[in-house]
Amino acid sequence: MSYLIALMIVFIGFLWQVSIDGIQRKVTAKVHRRVGPPWYQTFMDIFKALSKSSITHGFIYDFGVMMALGGTIATFMFLPFGNIVAFNGLDNFFVVVYLLAIGSLGMAMSASGSGNAWAGIGIMRALTQMVAYEVPFMIVVFGMIHVYGTSSLSELAHVQQMNGILGWHIFTMPLGAIVAFISLLGMLNKVPFDTPIAPTEIASGPMVEYGGKHFGMLMLQHEFATLVEVGLFVNLFLGGGNLIEYLIKYFFVYTLVTLIYAVSARFRIENVVTFFYGVPIVLSLVQAAIVIFTGLGVNV
Amino acid sequence: MNIFEEDLNDTITFWEKIKNIFRGKSLWMLHYCTGCGAVELPPTMTARYDMERLGMGPMATPRQADVLLITGYLSVKTLRRVIYTYEQMMTPKYVVGFGSCTLNGGIYYDSYAVINRLDYYIPVDLYLAGCMPRPEAIMNTFKTLENMITKGEANGWKKYVENYDWYRNNQIRSLGEVYVKDEFHE
Ligand code: SF4
Repeated sequence: MSYLIALMIVFIGFLWQVSIDGIQRKVTAKVHRRVGPPWYQTFMDIFKALSKSSITHGFIYDFGVMMALGGTIATFMFLPFGNIVAFNGLDNFFVVVYLLAIGSLGMAMSASGSGNAWAGIGIMRALTQMVAYEVPFMIVVFGMIHVYGTSSLSELAHVQQMNGILGWHIFTMPLGAIVAFISLLGMLNKVPFDTPIAPTEIASGPMVEYGGKHFGMLMLQHEFATLVEVGLFVNLFLGGGNLIEYLIKYFFVYTLVTLIYAVSARFRIENVVTFFYGVPIVLSLVQAAIVIFTGLGVNV
Repeated sequence: MNIFEEDLNDTITFWEKIKNIFRGKSLWMLHYCTGCGAVELPPTMTARYDMERLGMGPMATPRQADVLLITGYLSVKTLRRVIYTYEQMMTPKYVVGFGSCTLNGGIYYDSYAVINRLDYYIPVDLYLAGCMPRPEAIMNTFKTLENMITKGEANGWKKYVENYDWYRNNQIRSLGEVYVKDEFHE
């Protein structure tokens, strides 16, 4: 039964995220004062990519793509989607964070298997950026987990709903929410932090050798990774909620990310690291200290 | 080369039609900016003419691109890179030639360093008239290309597979044989 639910949320999540992606392309276009593609454009792109031929650069290249896609879909199955939890009791923060790395590592493995120099540079940048954004994010979330004594995501979403809207962590832990939002921009590889896939300087970085079906699978992987990352933010800081509430909150968070993305320029990779290790890490430490030592802002 | 056998048939099946709709609606282009025509692409891409309305966008690498834009005259040295690039693209793939230089040599028709006709070397699906074409003409061409793909008429890449010997001979006559060294997969 839980497997059926898991397959169902994968399907709903796919339809939702890909249409939202098309709508975000419209939003970006409106910010740039142009018309923009129709909302179903991303479906067209994915199915077109899957209908083309593709070449292989060896076993590792093929296997890594499948590992990335499978790992990311598996991660998404463990995340609470609204109030639907496919595998009860396993919707744990550590499970999600641990499995999410499998997707990135699969992609790193297969991209280096392609033997292109740009891919190597892109992966180096992607992993460096990962080291940068994970640390402040983890400090905030570990402080939260320490106080509540649980790392179950649906539990953490549930405790926020007890005091109504003002109980959400975005209001009770504002510093932590800001840090987590900045880390979310880094996770999504959206423009201020799109150093790994810089198309104009390193020709799409890790993606440089993928074409046709492989690229279609990686686009799918990217959509599911977005679902997981924005979903983590909604569950941890906006209090989850039932399916409709969850999807509305998801839409707002993703639109905010897009608005920032539409007007900003790119950091260099050393700027990304020094940026994350500067103000955000201090804010996250302050937030963790407040939460752990005074208990201010959490309702245990 | 890596191709689908069933894609090479001339009869269009039901699935072919559906695939053609997807392929027509989402065209990623690789603008191989050789000649003067390239300066008309930035206005076409940016806010004023907004190429993304047709589902088109620039792609950084030939592996992901569907359309190869040859924007102007090609010298013999550049031709070699164009052929490498064309052969790296995934099938189905389309070529658009800009301006009179790709058609008959244009103002360089008697030059020793510039090739005269592009479609001796790679198959061209659509020529775009003008020296140089306006962004409106470029948008119009893309719309035409989209319709051609949806109807299944843009099959230059099939011609390239079927008449490979003829293209190959033309290429060798202009360029000579080249040896490509692949260090990674040795
Ligand atoms: S056709 Fe005209 S604009 Fe185009 S490359 Fe030739 S000379 Fe330049």
